[in-house]
Amino acid sequence: MDCDFCSSKATVFLTQLVEGEMKKMCLCEKCAKHKGVTDPTGFSLADTVMGGGGEEGATSPEELVVAAPVEDGPECPNCGFTFGKFQQVGRLGCSECYLIFRDDIVRRLKGMHKGTTHAGRVPEGLMAAYERQQRLERLNERLAEAIASENYEEAAGLRDEINEIESVEVVES
Amino acid sequence: MMRFSTLIKHPADWMTGETEGVDSVVLTSRVRLARNLRGEPFPGWATKERRVEILERLKPEVESLSQMKDGFSQELDGLSSLQKQVLVERHLISREQAACGEGSAAVVNRRQTLSLMINEEDHLRMQAIRPGLALSEAYEIVSEADQELENSVEFAFDHDLGYISACPTNLGTGMRASSMLHLPGLVLSDQIGQALQAVGKLQLAVRGFFGEGTESLGNLFQVSNQSTLGESEETIIRRLERVIGQVAGHERNARAKLLEDDPEMVFDRVGRAYGTCRHAHIIASKEALNHLSLLRLGAELGFFPVETLRICDALLMAIQPAHLQLHAGTKLSPEQRDAIRAEIIRTRLQSLEAPVMNKYTADETDAEPPKDLTEL
Repeated sequence: MDCDFCSSKATVFLTQLVEGEMKKMCLCEKCAKHKGVTDPTGFSLADTVMGGGGEEGATSPEELVVAAPVEDGPECPNCGFTFGKFQQVGRLGCSECYLIFRDDIVRRLKGMHKGTTHAGRVPEGLMAAYERQQRLERLNERLAEAIASENYEEAAGLRDEINEIESVEVVES
Repeated sequence: MMRFSTLIKHPADWMTGETEGVDSVVLTSRVRLARNLRGEPFPGWATKERRVEILERLKPEVESLSQMKDGFSQELDGLSSLQKQVLVERHLISREQAACGEGSAAVVNRRQTLSLMINEEDHLRMQAIRPGLALSEAYEIVSEADQELENSVEFAFDHDLGYISACPTNLGTGMRASSMLHLPGLVLSDQIGQALQAVGKLQLAVRGFFGEGTESLGNLFQVSNQSTLGESEETIIRRLERVIGQVAGHERNARAKLLEDDPEMVFDRVGRAYGTCRHAHIIASKEALNHLSLLRLGAELGFFPVETLRICDALLMAIQPAHLQLHAGTKLSPEQRDAIRAEIIRTRLQSLEAPVMNKYTADETDAEPPKDLTEL
């Protein structure tokens, strides 16, 4: 994980509540020191760093947490990796982590890559499987809606469609 | 499968191949792909037992690849640190993998053009290396291995994020393509900063091949793609090849211009490098790299026979620390290394005659018309 201000390795992770909104920041030791983040008495400096300093009454930090090792945060049910660890090491624990921490990761991709959607090669056979899964998800959503609105005729039709798609896979495998 | 000791004794075929058509600017092109197993913890997070399990699952699949026939396969914990370092210097494994022990392996094909690392940062890193500007060719080699493995291994893949990698910087194609460029002309004419800046603007990474940051020993630079997501493999490679081709054109122009404007200076530099390499008895790595670069430039400008290019390229590898120790068969102090380095260089250049200006002048038919350096 790189420092938000320079390209050095970040070692200080700052989490702050600003007007009820959680703000996170990664800093290297040098920038942290320079911005006064590591100084527990330097709360006003933290304001400057957040970009809210100077404006009258714009920010008043309700809580300031300065912690080097962030071990907590949501945990991946598949491998037990935590989001805190990701912030420390910049890598994930397993492929499922990308589903659990998806939004946070996708937000970071923008400055990293040309785009945020894959445009390259797709593994053979996976494309069809993926589309099938997408279709099933959509049909199940519509089925739930149909049942909720007591539209049983449509629900029956959707159920048949779902059964048909699911049975195809059984034959193939 | 062959033993690694056999591999270590032999250089890669791309280093010893024909001298005909050796690229005077682009030494090598490499393409690597990162792949992972779905649902399994990445090597950096897996327990040792789990890592060994994953290795045992992947290794037979990798070894049975058609391109790996008569290849080499080795688990990292069975190598000495010197052997690992030799493989790093040959670009067959990464520094990161050299630090790995149990549960990690490297599989290399016989020609040393394709190498697969199991349980490095990702479950699988596959890399192809070719001489000259040949990124598409390298991609084809590595893609063939990728597609063959796909039949027996389920790689983690996401519709939006592409191939899943341990680090988000490798998402999407999981592909890093890079070329090593020899740019003494741009360095000597002080245009290198401008050229590197122009390349950097195109979201491509440039770094010195030896050493850190912009300081580059031996005038060697590596250009690679930074972004792996949002574009196809072909688009990334096409842009890289276009930009590298243009940089190479600028380099050739810079050399031609130097020779026209200040032939004495060029000849002096090459001649001094020749004198030092032929007669030095103590030479540090940094000095050696810079002199070899000038000798290579001399060969490119026709002061030496064209075979000199290959000799210089082979020496670049032979004078690195682990290769020196392998050659000596014992651990060496820095002073001993400098002496053996000088000895190897003297021996290899023994029959190289003194430079003569325009003696072996090559046709510079491929020189591109000069263009503004800032716009690549």
